[in-house]
Amino acid sequence: MSTATPNPYYAGRKRGNLIAMGLCYAATLFGLTWLVLILVTLVTNGMAGLSLDLLTQNTPPPNSTGGGLANAIVGSLMLTAIGVSIGAPIGLLAGTYMAEYGRHSKLTSIIRFINDILLSAPSIIIGLFVYGAVVVPMGGFSGIAGALALAVIVIPVVVRTTEDMLLLVPNPLREAASALGLPRSLVIKRIAYRAAKAGLVTGVLLAVARVSGETAPLLFTVLNNQFWSLDLTNSVANLPVTINNFVNNPDPNWKKLAWSGALLITIAVLSLNIAARVIGSSRSEK
Amino acid sequence: MFLRLLFRTGLLPRSVLHLKRSPKPSRTPRAPSEPAVSHMATIDTTQPLTQAEHSEAQSRAQVLRSMKRGDIVFENLSKFAAISVLFLLGGIIISLFIGAWPAIKTYGFDFLTTQRWAPSLKPQPILGALGPIYGTLVSSLLAMVIAVPVGLGISIFLTELCPHVLRRPISIAIELLAGIPSIIYGMWGFFVLGPFLAESFQPAVINFFADVPVLNVIFAGPASNLSLFNASLILAIMVLPFITAISRDVFATVPTVLKEAAYGAGCTTWEVVWNVVIPYTRVGVIGGVMLALGRALGETMAVAFVIGNAFKIQASIFAPATTISAAIASEFAESDGLHQSSLILLGLLLFVLTFCVLAIARMMLMRLERNQGK
Amino acid sequence: MKLSSILAAVGLVMGLAAPVANAADISGAGATFPFPIYAKWADAYKKETGNGLNYQSIGSGAGIKQIVAKTVTFGATDAPMTAEELKKAGLVQWPMVMGGIVPVLNVEGIKPGELVLDGPTLANIFLGTVKTWDDAAIKKLNPKLALPSTSITVVRRSDGSGTTFNFTDYLSKISADWKSKIGAAASVEWPVGVGAKGNDGVAGNVGQTKNSIGYVEYAYAKQNKLTYANMINKAGKVVGPTIEAFQAAAANADWANSPGYYQILTEQPGDASWPITAATFILMHAEPQDKAASGEALKFFAWAFKNSKMAEELDYIPMPTAVVGLIEKTWANDIKVK
Repeated sequence: MSTATPNPYYAGRKRGNLIAMGLCYAATLFGLTWLVLILVTLVTNGMAGLSLDLLTQNTPPPNSTGGGLANAIVGSLMLTAIGVSIGAPIGLLAGTYMAEYGRHSKLTSIIRFINDILLSAPSIIIGLFVYGAVVVPMGGFSGIAGALALAVIVIPVVVRTTEDMLLLVPNPLREAASALGLPRSLVIKRIAYRAAKAGLVTGVLLAVARVSGETAPLLFTVLNNQFWSLDLTNSVANLPVTINNFVNNPDPNWKKLAWSGALLITIAVLSLNIAARVIGSSRSEK
Repeated sequence: MFLRLLFRTGLLPRSVLHLKRSPKPSRTPRAPSEPAVSHMATIDTTQPLTQAEHSEAQSRAQVLRSMKRGDIVFENLSKFAAISVLFLLGGIIISLFIGAWPAIKTYGFDFLTTQRWAPSLKPQPILGALGPIYGTLVSSLLAMVIAVPVGLGISIFLTELCPHVLRRPISIAIELLAGIPSIIYGMWGFFVLGPFLAESFQPAVINFFADVPVLNVIFAGPASNLSLFNASLILAIMVLPFITAISRDVFATVPTVLKEAAYGAGCTTWEVVWNVVIPYTRVGVIGGVMLALGRALGETMAVAFVIGNAFKIQASIFAPATTISAAIASEFAESDGLHQSSLILLGLLLFVLTFCVLAIARMMLMRLERNQGK
Repeated sequence: MKLSSILAAVGLVMGLAAPVANAADISGAGATFPFPIYAKWADAYKKETGNGLNYQSIGSGAGIKQIVAKTVTFGATDAPMTAEELKKAGLVQWPMVMGGIVPVLNVEGIKPGELVLDGPTLANIFLGTVKTWDDAAIKKLNPKLALPSTSITVVRRSDGSGTTFNFTDYLSKISADWKSKIGAAASVEWPVGVGAKGNDGVAGNVGQTKNSIGYVEYAYAKQNKLTYANMINKAGKVVGPTIEAFQAAAANADWANSPGYYQILTEQPGDASWPITAATFILMHAEPQDKAASGEALKFFAWAFKNSKMAEELDYIPMPTAVVGLIEKTWANDIKVK
């Protein structure tokens, strides 16, 4: 290394590097700061309202005290359960076709393309679709329409994960089963599904996490209900729309309930994501 | 495992990582396996079958027949389910089209160029989509302008600068941002971010650009809790994790030899990133950005809370505005007739827009796949 | 195996979801204007009789749409329908309560009832011609008040609203400028301002946003402790939004001679009258599909008329007894619930 004066260009490059790397640090801090701010706001505002009442009392009228979110929680659980029970089997079967029967066909690549579009479609469009297809013919809002809207959101997620997970099952397993005389459908059901079970479950969990927080599709399919109702042919209470209504109101009791409800949804969604991650990684460690 | 998660959520097509799919069924001939020794093999076929052998053959035939039936049922069921995905898309488009038809018939192309939004006008409402379209495009583009550099910065940090111990936690933390439901972003934006921006950030910027000729119109006051800028910032925070995750994974696929060669030639870290990593992963990154853009265009609840619901287009980004999804969310419940039809037409326009953006993204990523020799 | 267990789960949930024999739940939707009193009545009614009232406070425009589409038992609106509109839709309309619409603001240092505004200034604020709080027009009406020089953030409705209808009707009456440029309707092309959903949204926004002004039904201002402004009425007197001021305005209504009870109570004469008073109406089908539900709804309304004290506690004005008699006769004659 010469001991002459250092190359002037190098100093500039070094500086540029320092600036760029500094900006990268700043960017990371920027991103993390927002996360911390949002979570802190959510937790401090939501904790205040967390109590057993939240789970046992129904939604109160405005400008009163007490009350809870029991009817909204139950309504949301029902809608999610039915939406997933309709959407997951369809998604499962479709993914199975794409991975097993039609693996290299043109139809599959078209379906994969369309599925990816549906996966990222704005959920409010799905709400509009279900409004036109279900609410109008039925003559009114209903839990069934809401559940169908959620099912439409679940299907692309489950199709995607099912296909990917099934494709990861090594072919020799299937070939061995076929060689032993097992018919194709049983090869899939007994061998492929079993091998990919953890991944399939992960996919369904992710779909549940996705629809738990969705508000837009429920806005004009289910509407809302102030009281305890299990009747799905009419409006049922549900958490996202309830939070939406409560938060816009200046009543402090309602706002407290809205934040607590938001905290509940976030905890549910994040736990489902973590559970999916844990199940997914435990499978790969086999 | 991590990457698998991204595949599952649709963030990352497998092709981007050059991961092999399971190999095609091998065509090499196999050594014939030992024939299964079965009861049937010991039957003497020169004589007619005995009663016992006949009934056993019959029951086997029955079982095989039911298996075949089960096979056919299952295959057709799954094929039907797969095609239903296509029907779903078709159904959405048809349903939107039918709902939007009255508006299409009445307004035609003027719908795209009219700014006025007067649903209660008698005898016929004058409705135009220019306001919502402007808001959607500007808020999404502004969100991208903020999110892309930040997202790339975070991924560069995670791949090049971050100590290994912190890599996983920070990635998970950024991904948590993606998990938070959008209504919570809306609530936070309305109660926390909006007032903060209106009191500190916006007045500072307004004053800063007060004398600059063009910029003082774009950054004009008055400061507002609910504005186009606030919505753009919230959108940027929401799509940040998508860009980060995708970029980080494509960055990791750059062959180490390339980077080492650059370092060996004396490049600084930044020069390696700018001249080697980013050009190599260019298509993947752009695909990821387009996916994030698709998400930003369609976001409803977070935007509806903070954008201010004003249909009139104003030059300043600190003024309230509206987007297509926010307009639909706030006005649909009470609309009917031509008003409702126009809102559905807005929805159709949004769907077409996101469809195009996502299709372009997918095609870019497929081209990447093809270039890798698949 | 997986499929059958999923199907079993669906069956279980469906079983749970079968219509539970609830004590009759009446469904209604519409105006946010009377929501505080409807909610209070519904709560008390449920405690007394066990029947619930599911009222969706989604705005007058949406309420009219829901009742016309027959998806609810009754609709609620502060923008009354004319006799021809009622006939065309097959609806019966009657007023339930009356209340006042007040301008609310959020300016540091100004307490409720301190600021005085008159019609033309209010119109100019909402037109965007009066842009700052220390504008000459506001200063003239409030010589002793310390007004900041900050910009006014206007908060108005983003949804179709009977409150907006009455408010813009008032502004049209006192400002020719407003009448020609904007007019009176449930949903207008606001020249300035941010849009909020419902009376509650406007109240929430004004409470959150410094230097803002909006208009809400008085119960929202009272319950949320918002700063309201006094107004100068038709007689030139400064009045505050008190129940006496609302009653003075409401005394001018001629219910007996209005088909469909159509009455607009803005800018009424009288020294003590509040200039932006309004009645809120209920719509029901003359020949309802679900007679039982409609019968239950009428029972609720009859009970509500008897419990008008609750309305007064929230500063709503109950309908005069004579008018209640007329209304109940209308029910008997026009609504077929048998």
